[in-house]
Amino acid sequence: MSREQRAATPETRIELPPEESTVDATALTALPSGRALLKPHRIALMAVGAGIVFCAAWFMRWDWLPNYAGAIVWGVGVTLAMLASTSILGFFLAVPLGLAQVTGPWWLCVPARGFCTVIRGTPLLLQLWLLYFGLGSLFPQFPEIRQSFLWPYLREAWPYGVAALTFSFAAYEGEVMRGAFAGVPRGELEAARAYGMSRWKLFWRIWLPRAVHRALPTLNGEMVLQLKATPLVATITVIDVYAVVSKVRQVTFLTYEPLLLLALIYLILTALLVAGFRYFEKRLPTWSA
Amino acid sequence: MAADMINWGLLALEPPGWGGVLLAGLMNSIKIALGGYSLGLVLGTGGAFGKLYGGPVVRDLMEVYTTLVRAVPELVLILLLYYAGTDLLNRASAALGFGSIDISGLAAGIFVIGVVQGAYSTEVLRGAILAVPGGQIEAARAFGMSPLMIMRRVTMPAMLPHALPGLSNLWLICTKDTALLAVVGFSELTLVTRQAAGTTKAYMLFFCAAGALYLLLTLVSSLVIRLIEARARRGWSAR
Repeated sequence: MSREQRAATPETRIELPPEESTVDATALTALPSGRALLKPHRIALMAVGAGIVFCAAWFMRWDWLPNYAGAIVWGVGVTLAMLASTSILGFFLAVPLGLAQVTGPWWLCVPARGFCTVIRGTPLLLQLWLLYFGLGSLFPQFPEIRQSFLWPYLREAWPYGVAALTFSFAAYEGEVMRGAFAGVPRGELEAARAYGMSRWKLFWRIWLPRAVHRALPTLNGEMVLQLKATPLVATITVIDVYAVVSKVRQVTFLTYEPLLLLALIYLILTALLVAGFRYFEKRLPTWSA
Repeated sequence: MAADMINWGLLALEPPGWGGVLLAGLMNSIKIALGGYSLGLVLGTGGAFGKLYGGPVVRDLMEVYTTLVRAVPELVLILLLYYAGTDLLNRASAALGFGSIDISGLAAGIFVIGVVQGAYSTEVLRGAILAVPGGQIEAARAFGMSPLMIMRRVTMPAMLPHALPGLSNLWLICTKDTALLAVVGFSELTLVTRQAAGTTKAYMLFFCAAGALYLLLTLVSSLVIRLIEARARRGWSAR
């Protein structure tokens, strides 16, 4: 679309602000560099920090920790499994969502845009409860579903958690993919067409790889946001690390210690995620534009 | 058949229906979102200026604040701040001899959401302030303006168009984050919806109704945001 055409298009449809503008502000995407760590004021601050950590370790109660260490490790595993499965599934769903909005016919474009707007416009907790309590109470009324092979899974909680988190990731990443597909330079697509590529080949060889490459930098932030969203599944009885810690709090009547440990665990997971992304981003070829 | 299964009377505003309860929950959500967002903006402005112009210690403390809040899930932060905040306040008032005080859920919710939003808006505003051309601030300094006057007359108005997309996203995030207060038992829209659904067993109806209310809030907000953006950018050439 040329500049004049875009200016002439009446802006009637309501559009949520672009997702990319805040991902870095709401998710940690870069680790602080350790190079300038040895300045006098930093050493003093670190001494204060170490003092606080020592006080927390010394004066608070941590005797429950050995009893629950196994459960906590298992919970971390569940959290990571949730994160990985929903991010991968969500990304595969995001590609058609973005594509449909950029180039699809109206009967694909409108539902895709509606899906993204609705998911991005309502809280994830509500979506989760809608799926778990709403669909969960609806399914048993249909004998076809109760007799199908899916029923043993549909009676569990985790499929609903995976579904809600997947939809959420797909909607947010779908917006990014829409921008990525639209942002591939027209000249590259025209060149592919000039070579006589069919639409299908053009999509697989040029458009999709270039769009995915453009969307990769956003994945870091989106994955951190997704990690921060996973504890919500504990509210529908999936036993992730948050649920384990909640259980510990109920059993031991401790308010702070388990929560502080939980915050520390998420801090470490986020740092590992960011460090992993930095490692892989260095290995990716970064050609310009 | 499906039409008969839905009992629309449950959404009536009067007591046998739950519509009034839902709307009251929505009002609570909006109150917390407005309060928390405003508190977050105040904290964020302070944080951004501290991060850019503060001394080395202030900068590092701000960095720790934003790093922690951006790396730990909101749900965990809300629990921590909720218990720690109310506990500290109670102990402080007990130490001062006032006895334990009853902290309203609204105030606690605003405080919790505000602290989380503060870290987010620190980052948004910091980026926006950096986007203001340095020459403009230097020119203001050359005119002999005090730092406060520079902030009020030059930095703030000039950074606003850069900050608006991020700030409007933060407002939408804020309205959705209020749902997390359901976990600490504050009766905002999501929690009252769950109570209504649990009482009447009409889960689908109530969760869809609450979703529609949240969506309405988002869409009305984004309409207002577009008006504000158009006004903030009135000097910019059309892109």
